[in-house]
Amino acid sequence: MSTPSTVAGNGFSDNAIHPVEYRRVYVWELPVRVYHWINAVALVVLCVTGYLIGAPLRAFYAAEAYQQYWFGWVRFLHFLAAFVYVFNFAARLYWGFVGNKYSHWNAFFPLKKSQQQEIVDVIKADVLETRMHGPISTGHNALAGLIYFGTFLVFVFQTITGFALYSSMSNSWLPRMFTWIVPLMGGEFAVRFWHHLFLWFFVTFVIVHVYLAFYHDYIEGRGTVSSIIGGWKFDREKSGKAGNRK
Amino acid sequence: MGQSIWNSMEQKGYSRRDFLQFCAAAATAAGFGQTGVAQVVSAFEKKEKPAVVWMHFQECTCCSESFIRASHPIVLDALLDVLSLNYSETLMAASGFQAEKSLNDTIANNKGKYIVLVEGAVPTKDDGVYCMIGGKTAESILQTVAKDAAAVIAWGSCASNGCVQAAKPNPTGATPIYKLIDKPVINVPGCPPIADVMMAVVTHLLVLGQVPALDSQGRPKEFYGRRVHDTCYRRPNYDAGLFVEAFDDENARKGYCLYKMGCKGPVTYNACSVVKWNEGTSYPIQSGHGCIGCSEAGFWDNGPFYQHLPSFPGFGIESTADTVGTVVGIATVAGVAAHAVVTNIRKRKVIAEVHAEDQKES
Ligand code: HEM
Ligand code: HEM
Ligand code: SF4
Ligand code: SF4
Repeated sequence: MSTPSTVAGNGFSDNAIHPVEYRRVYVWELPVRVYHWINAVALVVLCVTGYLIGAPLRAFYAAEAYQQYWFGWVRFLHFLAAFVYVFNFAARLYWGFVGNKYSHWNAFFPLKKSQQQEIVDVIKADVLETRMHGPISTGHNALAGLIYFGTFLVFVFQTITGFALYSSMSNSWLPRMFTWIVPLMGGEFAVRFWHHLFLWFFVTFVIVHVYLAFYHDYIEGRGTVSSIIGGWKFDREKSGKAGNRK
Repeated sequence: MGQSIWNSMEQKGYSRRDFLQFCAAAATAAGFGQTGVAQVVSAFEKKEKPAVVWMHFQECTCCSESFIRASHPIVLDALLDVLSLNYSETLMAASGFQAEKSLNDTIANNKGKYIVLVEGAVPTKDDGVYCMIGGKTAESILQTVAKDAAAVIAWGSCASNGCVQAAKPNPTGATPIYKLIDKPVINVPGCPPIADVMMAVVTHLLVLGQVPALDSQGRPKEFYGRRVHDTCYRRPNYDAGLFVEAFDDENARKGYCLYKMGCKGPVTYNACSVVKWNEGTSYPIQSGHGCIGCSEAGFWDNGPFYQHLPSFPGFGIESTADTVGTVVGIATVAGVAAHAVVTNIRKRKVIAEVHAEDQKES
């Protein structure tokens, strides 16, 4: 109780006598956290404006076109958020090579046996709600890492199709580099369809992701949610089991 | 052979004035501007007029129909009259063996100099039996004709990208021309293409003797470089978010944008909103109907004309990506909610377990 980094089971007298010790670990460095929240905001903006581009609201307050420009603004916001999102994502990819081990690119691939074991364990914990028995990574658990990797692939896909669509309305070099995508995918119509369809991937991802962040915060009990805000997580110090392995 | 366009016009009784008018119209059609007129005049005076063969395969002849409605009648007249249109199933007088002889002679006498205009796709399934002329398959005719051609133009969407002939399930294996021959093909898609665009492409070829600048899909940039949407006169309504909601509503009368009625202008590359149809009278959007994307590859299979995006495959005609996405989204929320409920029911047990374990370990 006297050590600052020690957490005592509240109310349980036994725990108070034999405290479980936790160590503070700085998991998500500032660039990762900044990336995360910029990305979250940009994606919400992209999803909302993208949806509106596909299915515009009936918002008439004017009779003549020159009196309003709301659809133009919606599209402008979409493109603005798109650029923020793409460069932010590029920065994160860079950080995957220079950041700490938790944000390193190899945390996203379950190449090690222990990571594969962890995937099974996490699926059991999430779906069957069993207790986690194996070690849990301090950073992303192996399943989360793999899913983020899949998500990154969708980021790339959405960027490619987005810029391909944008290339028909811009002369700047970046979108111009994507003109060849359009015939490759069978015309702008097809590109638009796929670009629109993947909107729903993001919607689904965000629902599950936010829920699981809360859920793991609860079952792991070591500050998962606050880690993406403040950067710190907690590892059990001397546990033989459910502690840190990385 | 060996005659120039001016020679043959003169013989037919056209005056010099008619000829110059024709040159001016042709220069305009091909987009040369005023300075280009002299170039056109000199080309038409000196250059030997090229032999032209117009092939018809799997098509509906709408391209020919469009062509003969070009808005500069003098250009058209002259072109039809003075071009050696040596072979064209729909327009020539000859038939049978005579017609075939004419085709063969043209090829033999003009090696490397004649122009081939192809209307229609070519069926490749079942050895090409679905389109045969004079006992020969369309494909073998195409190969023979294209072999020594100076230039090949694919008229319309059928020849350029398959159009209705190649629509799913494409029973005849209809194939666009550029996939069959190893020469560069000028694609002039549209169902049909705009008459003045066709005219301009031919004129360009005749005057400069070279292929106009093409985009990556072989279409003349001049006419297919921009989307119908980019130059549509309803565009300000689009940017303002003023949309027609039903074909007979007040907004339709006000001429708002047809985006929500499924207008394909934003995904269609064509010159309709600039050149327009029928001597520049109008074009579909101007008469209140959305663009159906007739010049885009696979437009028959791109879903309903009156829907912004195609239906989601396998979920019935009415369901779009949004319908499917909404269902998936709601199912996810429901799943997550159920999970949360179960978690809360088991809460006490889990907490007790955790504490017990902590105790054991410490
Ligand atoms: C990653 C998240 C993104 C989502 C969820 C998203 C979603 C959407 C949706 C749903 C549409 C409407 C499609 C339609 O029905 O016609 C759209 C249009 C579009 N998006 Fe995105 N998008 C994303 C990223 C991007 C990016 C990175 C770009 C790159 C510039 C981009 C550029 C465009 C363009 C140019 C359009 C067409 C706008 C128009 O009609 O003028 N998008 N987007
Ligand atoms: C639009 C919304 C969001 C998107 C697209 C998103 C996306 C992501 C991505 C891609 C990562 C991986 C980060 C990396 O390694 O670079 C991540 C991690 C994380 N996110 Fe989000 N996120 C969103 C919203 C949220 C919210 C609202 C919360 C919290 C309540 C949250 C909590 C977390 C946490 C805790 C992690 C670290 C997870 C771990 O330890 O494996 N996210 N998120
Ligand atoms: S009517 Fe069609 S082409 Fe014209 S602005 Fe609207 S969507 Fe674009
Ligand atoms: S408006 Fe669209 S559908 Fe109509 S002719 Fe032009 S390209 Fe074809």
